[in-house]
Amino acid sequence: MAFVNLQNVTYQYPLTKTPALQNINLQVDEGEFVAVVGPNGAGKSTLCYALAGFVPHFFKGEISGTIEVAGKESSKSTLDEWVLNVGLAFQNPFNQISGAKYTVFEEIAFGLENIGVPREEMKSRVEDAMALTGIRDLADRSPYSLSGGQQQRVALTSILVMRPRLLVLDEPTSQMDPIGTREVFGTIRKMAEDGMTVVLVEHKMEWIAQFADRVVALKDGSILLEGKPGEVLTSDLLAENGFGSSRYTSTAREAKKRGLWRKENLPVTLDEAVEGFALTLPFSSPKGAPRGRGESGK
Amino acid sequence: MKIEIKDLRFTFPTGLEALKGISLTIEAGEQVAIVGQNGAGKTTLVRHFNGLLQPASGSVMIGDWDVKKYSVAKLATRVGYVFQNPDEQLFSRDVLTEVTFGPKNLGYAKEKIDELVQRALSLTELNDKTETNPYDLSPTWRKMVALASIIAMDTPIVIFDEPTTGQDALNVARIANAISELRMEGKTVITITHDIDFCAENFDRVIALSNGQVLLDGPAREILGQDEVLAQTYVDPPQLTRLGKRLGLKETVRNQEEFLKAIT
Repeated sequence: MAFVNLQNVTYQYPLTKTPALQNINLQVDEGEFVAVVGPNGAGKSTLCYALAGFVPHFFKGEISGTIEVAGKESSKSTLDEWVLNVGLAFQNPFNQISGAKYTVFEEIAFGLENIGVPREEMKSRVEDAMALTGIRDLADRSPYSLSGGQQQRVALTSILVMRPRLLVLDEPTSQMDPIGTREVFGTIRKMAEDGMTVVLVEHKMEWIAQFADRVVALKDGSILLEGKPGEVLTSDLLAENGFGSSRYTSTAREAKKRGLWRKENLPVTLDEAVEGFALTLPFSSPKGAPRGRGESGK
Repeated sequence: MKIEIKDLRFTFPTGLEALKGISLTIEAGEQVAIVGQNGAGKTTLVRHFNGLLQPASGSVMIGDWDVKKYSVAKLATRVGYVFQNPDEQLFSRDVLTEVTFGPKNLGYAKEKIDELVQRALSLTELNDKTETNPYDLSPTWRKMVALASIIAMDTPIVIFDEPTTGQDALNVARIANAISELRMEGKTVITITHDIDFCAENFDRVIALSNGQVLLDGPAREILGQDEVLAQTYVDPPQLTRLGKRLGLKETVRNQEEFLKAIT
């Protein structure tokens, strides 16, 4: 039995005319890292809300089908039971920050306070989580005095500190600097390797391809395609349906038309692009990945 | 309209020194991208251009106006600023009222207001959403409303603070198109962005900030290839620039056309 199991889930927000999710069937194994991609309005955030219990418990509306996480069914659970297993980092960190705390340290401790974690344990868990996301130096700042990207790191940390079994992330790096983004992806990958199940909504295809196990492509509330990142993210179906792609993929697709890409499969990552284009450029001698904080693999 | 910044310093009330002596000149009609690490001071810098923040020392001139001597309302006739988070900016009942608010407040004639609003709505492809409450739209479309409401003000200087955040490929293309329209009208466009590929494809000049100071400033082609310096402020070169470098191409390539030309 899959750790996350969505069966025929159809959901419609109150006062709307069309369902935001239509007949979604999705299974995710424990410790798997699944990325969800799709154009604006595809239902990505709604899927996050469904996994996190906000749909339908908070947003109300009409739902059919079943949502199970860790053997429990959403419709038979309350939201406060549900949050013990599932953590969601919001798309807009500003909407997630409690507004009740004066420092970043206290903000990150807020969730733990609410579930009654002992004080000493709470402190060490907050310290550990801040170290993990690299925000120790922000501990004494007000959450509202931070830049957008820093706020986003705080929002992510305040979920990681809860150690949810299912981590749901709605564009967690949208306001982060590029290298910070890559580091956060690496951190999330590590959490998955340690057994946390991850569902992540993102537009950054290069990092999805490098870090995620599987990609689910959503459009108009339905799953259009799912599978290995390299296959899904280079498929013509996605290109025809207004999905974004990495510049490696789109450039190789154009190069293929002009006879400048000789491989069958299109690339998503830098390494794949280097390997493929090297065939076109017999004179080139591809350089290895730069050292230090350069390209990092899984 | 020229922007001239001399030794600008700013410290937050908490004691955090966010800008540590910035000097820059941005000429009328330039398209400038500002990049850099979270907390580098990008937003703090641009909020000095329209008076939301006041210099602790140093000066900011918008044309012949010293920002210290003009109100935010007055500066709004010269500088339009689209917030990073649209929820901090939007307040009207429907999209049309929201987009009309700015130009109306600037006291333009009715015909001009109508024309500016229509153009802003079509640039952002919001024509079919004019009667919708902005808060009934998805966050991504709310961002487009925020963009439209500033574009409609027809200011000579337009600032976008992370316009492509969370946007899909189609909306990113719409934003790129809006920026190129503004360029053709001779407006100065300053954009803060972490989307370095978007930066490479749409801007001539790149300023990299790091820790409250200017780390790099120059033509995009020169700046975006400097991977080691950019890494100091947590920025990667664009994907195709990295690819070109790994393939051993001699010149720095920024976009698909340049890359394909270089390998042909």
